[in-house]
Amino acid sequence: MLGLPGAGLRVALFATCIADTLTPDTPKAVVTVLERLGCVVEFPPGQTCCGQIMTNTGYFDAAVASVRNHVRSFAGYDHIVAPSGSCVASVRDQHVMLARRTGDARLVEQASQTAARTLDFTEFLVDVLGVTDVGAYFPHRVTYHPSCHGARFLRLGDRPTRLLQAVEGLELVPLPAADQCCGFGGTFSIKIPDVSIAMATDKARHVVETGADFVVAGENSCLMNIGGVLHRDGAAVRTVHLAEVLAHTRADAA
Amino acid sequence: MTTARAEILARVRRALADVDEPDPVRDVPVDWEYGRPLSTADVVADLVEKIEDYGARIVRVPAAAVPDAIVAALTEMEASSVVLPPGLDGAWRAAIEAVAAVTADEPPLTASELNAVDAVVTAAAVAMADSGTIALDHGPDQGRRALSLVPDRHVCVVRVDQVVSAVPEGVARLAPAIRAGRPVTWISGGSATSDIELARVEGVHGPRQLYVVLAD
Amino acid sequence: MSPNSAPAQRRTPAPPPGTWLGMPAFPKAAREQLQRAEQRQNLARATTHIRGKRAERAAEVADWEELRTAAAQIKTRVARHLDTYLVQAEEAMTAAGITVHWARDAAEANRIVGEIALAKGVDEVVKIKSMVTQEIDLNEHLESIGVAAWETDLAELIVQLGHDRPSHILVPAIHRNRREVREIFAEEMGRYGTPAPPTMTDDPEELAEAARAHLRAKFLRAEMAVSGANFLIAETGTVVIVESEGNGRMCLTLPETLVSVIGIEKILPTVADLEVFLTLLPRSSTGERMNPYTSLWTGVTPGDGPQDLHVVLLDNGRTDVLADPEGRAALRCIRCSACLNICPVYERVGGHAYGSPYPGPIGAILNPQLRGVASEVDQALPYASSLCGACNDVCPVRIPFTDILVHLRHKVVEHKTEHHPTAEQAAFSAIGWVMADGRNLAKAQLASRAGGAVLGDRWLGNRVIGRLPLPIAGRWLRARDVDAPPAQTFRAWWAARTPAAPPVDGSADAATEDRA
Repeated sequence: MLGLPGAGLRVALFATCIADTLTPDTPKAVVTVLERLGCVVEFPPGQTCCGQIMTNTGYFDAAVASVRNHVRSFAGYDHIVAPSGSCVASVRDQHVMLARRTGDARLVEQASQTAARTLDFTEFLVDVLGVTDVGAYFPHRVTYHPSCHGARFLRLGDRPTRLLQAVEGLELVPLPAADQCCGFGGTFSIKIPDVSIAMATDKARHVVETGADFVVAGENSCLMNIGGVLHRDGAAVRTVHLAEVLAHTRADAA
Repeated sequence: MTTARAEILARVRRALADVDEPDPVRDVPVDWEYGRPLSTADVVADLVEKIEDYGARIVRVPAAAVPDAIVAALTEMEASSVVLPPGLDGAWRAAIEAVAAVTADEPPLTASELNAVDAVVTAAAVAMADSGTIALDHGPDQGRRALSLVPDRHVCVVRVDQVVSAVPEGVARLAPAIRAGRPVTWISGGSATSDIELARVEGVHGPRQLYVVLAD
Repeated sequence: MSPNSAPAQRRTPAPPPGTWLGMPAFPKAAREQLQRAEQRQNLARATTHIRGKRAERAAEVADWEELRTAAAQIKTRVARHLDTYLVQAEEAMTAAGITVHWARDAAEANRIVGEIALAKGVDEVVKIKSMVTQEIDLNEHLESIGVAAWETDLAELIVQLGHDRPSHILVPAIHRNRREVREIFAEEMGRYGTPAPPTMTDDPEELAEAARAHLRAKFLRAEMAVSGANFLIAETGTVVIVESEGNGRMCLTLPETLVSVIGIEKILPTVADLEVFLTLLPRSSTGERMNPYTSLWTGVTPGDGPQDLHVVLLDNGRTDVLADPEGRAALRCIRCSACLNICPVYERVGGHAYGSPYPGPIGAILNPQLRGVASEVDQALPYASSLCGACNDVCPVRIPFTDILVHLRHKVVEHKTEHHPTAEQAAFSAIGWVMADGRNLAKAQLASRAGGAVLGDRWLGNRVIGRLPLPIAGRWLRARDVDAPPAQTFRAWWAARTPAAPPVDGSADAATEDRA
């Protein structure tokens, strides 16, 4: 593994509860890519959820339990990587706020440390490992939806598209009104369903307009939302997480 | 019975129980250097471009040609009656009197009387190039506020030495007039609205035509 | 009572019946608004257009981000020392000849303005568009004491003559298109003054011309005007109003008496601070380098403009906002409306769904603080957002909208669960328990996979709504299909892949289950 950009680097995978439960192919893809680049991936088994569903619905007390569990599970790791902009944003932007409300100074300190070491998958690849070409092969026309948390809260910028552009065989086509929210918004989709559906419908229409085979994002909840409308409408476009595109190689295609 | 004043101030103080630094400036520093000029290559050209962008007319002439330029402006706008501020330059006044009926604002005209006048000619206090803004501080060569408001055409003479790069420099130049209690009016193009489908319409209640004479 | 059959004794067009707080809460109101196809088109076109203009004009300013930071700091400084600045502003205004009044709430402010009108013996006033007088519903108070309040901003005129409510901070008639405006003007102008020309088409230029002619007579005879204010300079007592049409200058210049109702948060410390705000506001608001007219007045100028000046300093809930250190950043707002224009939720439902003259993201964080979270309308507002964060990025005073929305959601939860537990609370407590430990999550995952097995298909859609145990699932599946849970969780896959790793109980169970 010597000579690989991640040679020997110990990385804790924060799979996220949604991906762990509903889309396990995504964290598996993260493992595949990171190991291909030489990293030693660990999955701290105590991990659960960043707590954003509780935090963002206003249930701070319930969320604090997640924060305590999270800092305990990921203590001692220098690199914590997750395939979800919103979960990373929750750890970075909300855990310290929740910890402060408890008045527990030690928890605040732990939450700050964990937050500072938590990165989105694309940040880890581009900023820490310094790679954009991860040896992937994906011979399809794809469009990229920059999820709100990735784009505006983490400021991922062009990291995701640079990674995609380096994928062999991949044709990246621009998504109209790309910066508009897909309408998922966690409990927003349940509490204000009509507006959520109106937003998701517009997003799906824009995706179809691109003529892409796949819509890619770094956030499975957005993909579940957009893909749900696409499938209901009988559209041929499929959804795929960015990590799964990057995990795909010529060997998989053969 | 407590007065509203006492009660509101008490509420404010109660609300700010968490603020323990009494000095506002020390409590919240402001990271901003005030009054900085913008490094514009050609400030006067910038002003011309920005004012034209608002759909207003602007001509640049030597100082000696200002009276002729004013007359040309009034002629172009088909103004036959004009109201002038009391302190307007005598040479300008003489040229205007030769081509239009000049109405004196002494005693002050009523709003209806002003409404019957075609145009007003004023000087200016400051012009801010980057936003295409002219500021009046309503000194004697600009007159009271109603004069440059009610007539439908405004010819405004700006001297090149009154032109600054942008708003920060402009505010710094206007600050003494404001501190002296003078009213100040900023004018950026003619009156306009975008209230119907956000389509810009030039000319509503203020002067519908603004004609700027820029004097070197 | 239909709005068009107002009692004859009314002097101005009647607004629609009901009150802001009497409206349905956001989820229901939004559903109703979404069905208005023409309005949705009007809003989408207008917000898309103005978003582009804002972005272009912001990009022209090299130090835009530094300006935003400075503006946030200046407003924060004011908020944290508001008592000092209020007293300073009052002293400066009084020295300049302005009569300063204080109003604890809407009723007190309305009473003060009404008493001035009655003392002056006027039966009508002209008004500059102002959010604060919408907030306190001043027009209806004046109507009730026999004083007609005429809106003179074009969009406010459209709203007033249309027996309508404003739906946007900057462009209150944004929900109307030119055809609708033409109908309103043709129908209503003649009832209240100079009629619209019979030949008037729906060309915006002709509509603006009709408004000019209709209002000119009112301006020329007006003896009293009412305004709000964009800024109040504590150092000098200067009041600042930005506008476009010149109707503001008419109101500020021609009448003998001018009353300005000013929220106590509108203060800026010094004249110099204007350079920051007069650069940010027009570019954020209308997407122009500068608005056509800005008026600054510092008390009475003999022989020029109103000789009887009043300022009403209004609290009306602002000190409640100030009392919440997490929420008080909402008081930085300069009412530019950039957050409305960028908001994907506002774009689709418009302003009438928010139950307040303050709609959009700023309404969602301001109303529940100004009014409290006791009403159903205000409890719903913090949830009227997907938390996409677009508003955070365009706000010229860097209000952290999404942080405040989440904070207010917590306040709503605390209010709702204060006396008795709710079903939602129980559900989130259950989620909290699951997520408190990896073993709990693993057990829950087993249950969810069992559910997936029962449903037995990769895609769940229409067919299975009735078979799902939770009513909320129907809201999701109404328009979207969903993948069935996979056969194996990641956790289980990982445990099977690395048998040497010390398993926690739950994942060990899960792995066993998978092999079975």
